[in-house]
Order: sequence, then C-alpha cells, then structure tokens
Amino acid sequence: MSVLLRALRHLGWVCALGPAIVALAVEPIRVGEFSSLTGREAGLGQYTHMGVVLALEELNAAGGVGGRPLVVLAEDTQSKAGESATVVRKLITRDHVVAIIGEGASGRCLEGAPIAQRAGIPVVTPSATNPKVTAIGDCIFRVCFTDPFQGTVMAKFARDSLNVRKVGLLVDVASPYSLGLAEFFRQRCRVDGGQIVGEQRFSGGDKDFRGQLTALKAANADALFVPCYYGDASLILLQARQLGITVPILGGDGFEAPELVQVAGAAANGACFPVHFSTDDTAPRSRGFVERFSKRWNKVPTGVSALGYDTLMLIADAIRRAGGTDPKSIRGALAATTAFEGVTGRIAIDAERNARKPASIVRVEGGQFRFLQAVTP
Amino acid sequence: MLPKSQLWLLLALVAAGVASALSRFLDPYILDVVMGVGIAITLASSLNLINGFTGQFSLGHAGFMAVGAYTSAMLTTTLGPKLGASPVLLQWAVFPASLLLAGLAAALAGLAVGAPSLRLKGDYLAIVTLGFGEIIKVLLQNMDVVGGARGLVGIPDYTNLFWTFGVAAVTVYVVWGLLNSTYGRGFLAVADDEVAAEAMGLNTTRYKITAFVVGSFFAGVAGGLYAHLKGYLNPGGFDFNKSIEIVVMVILGGMGRHVGVIVAAILLGVLNETLRSFGDYRMILYSLLLIILMLTRPQGLFTWPLWKKKAT
Repeated sequence: MSVLLRALRHLGWVCALGPAIVALAVEPIRVGEFSSLTGREAGLGQYTHMGVVLALEELNAAGGVGGRPLVVLAEDTQSKAGESATVVRKLITRDHVVAIIGEGASGRCLEGAPIAQRAGIPVVTPSATNPKVTAIGDCIFRVCFTDPFQGTVMAKFARDSLNVRKVGLLVDVASPYSLGLAEFFRQRCRVDGGQIVGEQRFSGGDKDFRGQLTALKAANADALFVPCYYGDASLILLQARQLGITVPILGGDGFEAPELVQVAGAAANGACFPVHFSTDDTAPRSRGFVERFSKRWNKVPTGVSALGYDTLMLIADAIRRAGGTDPKSIRGALAATTAFEGVTGRIAIDAERNARKPASIVRVEGGQFRFLQAVTP
Repeated sequence: MLPKSQLWLLLALVAAGVASALSRFLDPYILDVVMGVGIAITLASSLNLINGFTGQFSLGHAGFMAVGAYTSAMLTTTLGPKLGASPVLLQWAVFPASLLLAGLAAALAGLAVGAPSLRLKGDYLAIVTLGFGEIIKVLLQNMDVVGGARGLVGIPDYTNLFWTFGVAAVTVYVVWGLLNSTYGRGFLAVADDEVAAEAMGLNTTRYKITAFVVGSFFAGVAGGLYAHLKGYLNPGGFDFNKSIEIVVMVILGGMGRHVGVIVAAILLGVLNETLRSFGDYRMILYSLLLIILMLTRPQGLFTWPLWKKKAT
C-alpha cells in the first residue's frame, strides 16, 4: 500500500516536473541586440530596448516561437564609435545569435552591420533612417521609413489631404537630411501636378529667416515645406507667424521634440510632420501597445519603443515563417515579408530591404502632437 | 650582439608575427578586443611622450588619430582597387604604406598645430589642442568625399595582430630610445623645469615640437590601424571623449612611465569588455574602479625604480 502510494507520489512529481524539464531542455532561440543603452543617445537606446523587452515577454508568455522560448542578448555601444564592431563580433561568435536587432542610430548601425553581413546574420534596425544602412548588403533590414520616403509622403499629404497646389520650400543646404527630403518632395509634387512656387535656402544653425520667409510669402504659396530639425524649425515657425504667414507649415520627423513647442509656443500650432508612431493613433493595435507598454514600464512609449517592439516581433514572425533558426532562411523570410501587422502599421519589406508602411502625420495643437492620419505612399 | 633594447624590439616583432599567424584559431571577438588593446598601447605610449615625459598637456590626440585614420582609409579604399594588386599584396604592402602616410599626415598636422601653440604653457596648450581636435571633427563632418557626418563605409579589414602589436612595439621602442638618448634627456628637463632647461641652453620650444610631432605620428598610425580594424569611420568617434580616454590611460599608468602606461592601456581595454556581464552597472563599476585606482595609486600603476624616469 505504502509502496503504491510512494510510487504514485513519484509519478505526481514526474508529471509536475516533466514539462518543466522538457522546457529546460529546449534550447532558447538567441537574438542579439546592440544599442546605445548608455552615453549621449541613451534615451534612444533605452526606449527602444523597453519596446524590445515588452515584445520578448509577450512572445515567451505565448509559448515562444515554434515551442522554443526567445532570449535577447543586449549589448551596449555606449553611444560611442568603435564599440559596435566589437559587440557585433561578440554576439555572432560568442553568443551564436540567429538574428540581430541593430542600432537605432545610423552611424553606429553602419559600423556593426557590415560584420553581420559578412557572417550572413540578418540585422533589423528599428530606427536607422539613413538610406546607406540597408545598402550595406542583403542581410540588413529596417522597420522604420527612410529619409527620401518622408519627402514623398509629405508631398502626397499636402496634395491629397490639404489640397495644396502651390508649395514654397525652405531648405537647409548644409544637411543631407534636408536636401534628401526636399528632393523627393519636389519629385512627387511634380508627378502630382503641383507647383513649387518658391525655394529658399538657409544653413543649419542660422537664427534669422525673415528674408527667406518674406520672399516665400510674396510667392503666394498655399503651404511651406521646411525639412529640418526642431532647433531651426522652431525659429522658422516663430518668425513665419510673426511675418503674418498663416498657410500650413510642413516638416520632417526632425520636428518631433518637445523643444519645438517650448521655443515656438503658439506659433507651432498647425505645423504638420510625419512620425514613426503616434501615441494618439486610434488604431486598436497602437492603442493596445500604448496601454501594455505604460503598464509594464510606467512610462509613455516613444516612437522608437514601438519600432523596437515591431523589430523583435518581425524577427519572431520571420523565424516562424522560415520554420527554423538557420540565419539564411530567417534572412529569406525577412526579405519575403509582405504584410506584417506591426504596432507602427502594416509593414512590407521592399527589394532594397526597407519598410514600406504608412507614416503617421501629426499636427501641433495647443502644444501637443495630435495624430491626424496615416498616409500610405 | 644587439643592444638590449633592440633585442627586445626584435623579440616583440617576432612574437607579434607568430601570434598573427596563429590568429585564425582565435575567436574574432577576442581578436577584436586584443587588437583594440594593441592600438590603445600605441596611442597611450605616444601621448605619454607629450603629456608624461615632456610635461605638455595635449587634449588633441583623437584629432591626430582622426587625420591618420581618414588618410589611410582613403588611400586603401580609393587607391587600393585601382592598383589591381592581390589581397595579400594589398595587406602587406599597400596597407603599411598607407599607415606610414597616415603617420606623416598626422605628424604634419602636429607640426602645424604645435609650431604656433607650443610657445604657450600648461592650460593654454590644452585649450588649443582641444580646439584643434574639434576643428578636425567638424571639418570631417562637412567633407562629402569622406562620407561627412554619415561616416566612411567599406574600409577593408587589413589590420591584424602583427600590424597592431608590431606598431605598438615600434612606438614603445622609439619613445624609450628617444628618452634614453643624449638628446632625449632634454624632454625630461623641459618637463621638470622649463626655465632651468632654457637657462641651460636647451631650445625648449623645439623639444616640445619634436615630442608633439613624434607623438602625433604614432597617433596617426594608430588611427590607420583603427580604421582597418573597425571597417567604418565616423567623425563623431574622434571627439573630445576619445582624447580623454587616452589621457586617462596615461594618467592611470603614471605620467612618464613606460610600463605603467602600457599596463593601463591593457587594463582599461580588458576591463571594458569583462564588465559587460554586469549589464547596466558596467559604466558605474568602470568609473568606480577608476576613482579607486586614482585614490590608491595616484602615482600610477607601476612605480618600480627600474622603470622610473631618471630625471631630478
């Protein structure tokens, strides 16, 4: 009797521990991450990483990928040049990762990515927007939009949503970012039958834009496109309103900073620009993400958090579609992505390994960046 | 029979050659870290000649490194393919030639900065060299041919153990040999008491410029090695912080001590990597260790009488 009882008890233990032992025996899928967790761009790296961790926890809570749990091995680049090459070598040769979440900053992504390319390990960067990044090779992908893409999207937005035909351009000639956006805006505008009625130039860091703005006002434009970063943008907005320019002012993702509103104040109201993700987006996916993120981290997510989340989810999705963890087949599955439903929108990977996805356009209203609409190119 | 110091140099070169031949059995990550340490030794030893032995405070070492890095990278990326030589020839002939030119370009920059500014003393020189480093960075950021702020991509990975440790050995040998020559005693004299040195008939400005130019030369060569190790250059990587990193090695090792500075370069490089397992606490631990070391060994890591500078 007691023997039977004891045997039963043992059986119970085996039943209880069995799955746990099996789970332990299942080798986790190793995904690497290199990002600026400390240093000058720590904000960027930390917020991206929080999004990645949230995705990781959700994936593992749902049973992992193909029955195997995921682990993310995060390495810090200290926002410093020279570190990325070292940590990517470490992730590949020591940790044997099957895919890598790349740096959000283009400069450091350009340093680490060629090493992964040579080793044939796919890299997906959450927020490196420079066109050169994915040009490194067929293993490098991104889930954010590129600089040229924004120019196209804003031209389309101006034409379709604002019904603008005559546009004035104010371009920072010292910045490749600004020149790139302006060029693609111009192209799309011409295709759509729009007209560039005036084009003025400045050099990043200038303080007085009244001359250029007066000329643009005289040109009678229906809207101004000012692709630049928030520092110059806030002064331009301020001076444009002082000169009595009331037409909408459009910008690039460089506008997205609290400083824009702090400097320009009420003059910023009405300005429109594209963002990678808006916390105001009413789409259920985005709403759900903002809620879960806020609950997990007690913070409101930024655009890069959503991109970090999408990056790991896309990698997991690719592993699922590849049916294995061979880096080569993961790369193939990533390249074949046609409709991945991310929190930043539906993502398709094009032939240049860039994400084709809608951009969220926001408008400044009473000091807040309010979600206006999603624009698909 | 060779003199002792030259024997050491020969031994180091042979060791570097042997290690290099065996390097394909090593993990690329370890190799990356070890070569990084080799470059750090070159940088720290060359700065030690300026900051340690000659007593001038330069904060522009990263600037000279940048000049060398971009010079050599431009040479191998633009000239290399045109020569049509085999990869082996490129790595063993074109690459060292580019390193030499990188060193010369940096030395020239050192002369251009040093000649007018080394008449200044102490803090003033620090400010001038700091300014120089920033100018180089901003210039590079605005030069489209070298990729501007986006950076220079696609640099071939020619750097190996032989080149890094060969250069490190030559640097240490030159600095050591220079200081132990009759002429070289003047550097120490300038560091100890400039007025007295001048009174003894030494041309102190000339000594300072010599130290500066020699130091810049090796910083330039180190820059070339760095470029071909990482395969990518970004002007932002040669900012003020990079200079400070090298200065920290010199101060931690003990200003004007050969072995201490080498050990500090190794220690800081290895520490940076071994602390990775501490994750978020890494930078706190790293900084804490620096503070502890500075409090307990303000005179430098190694102060054996054998290696002590023989002035005073």
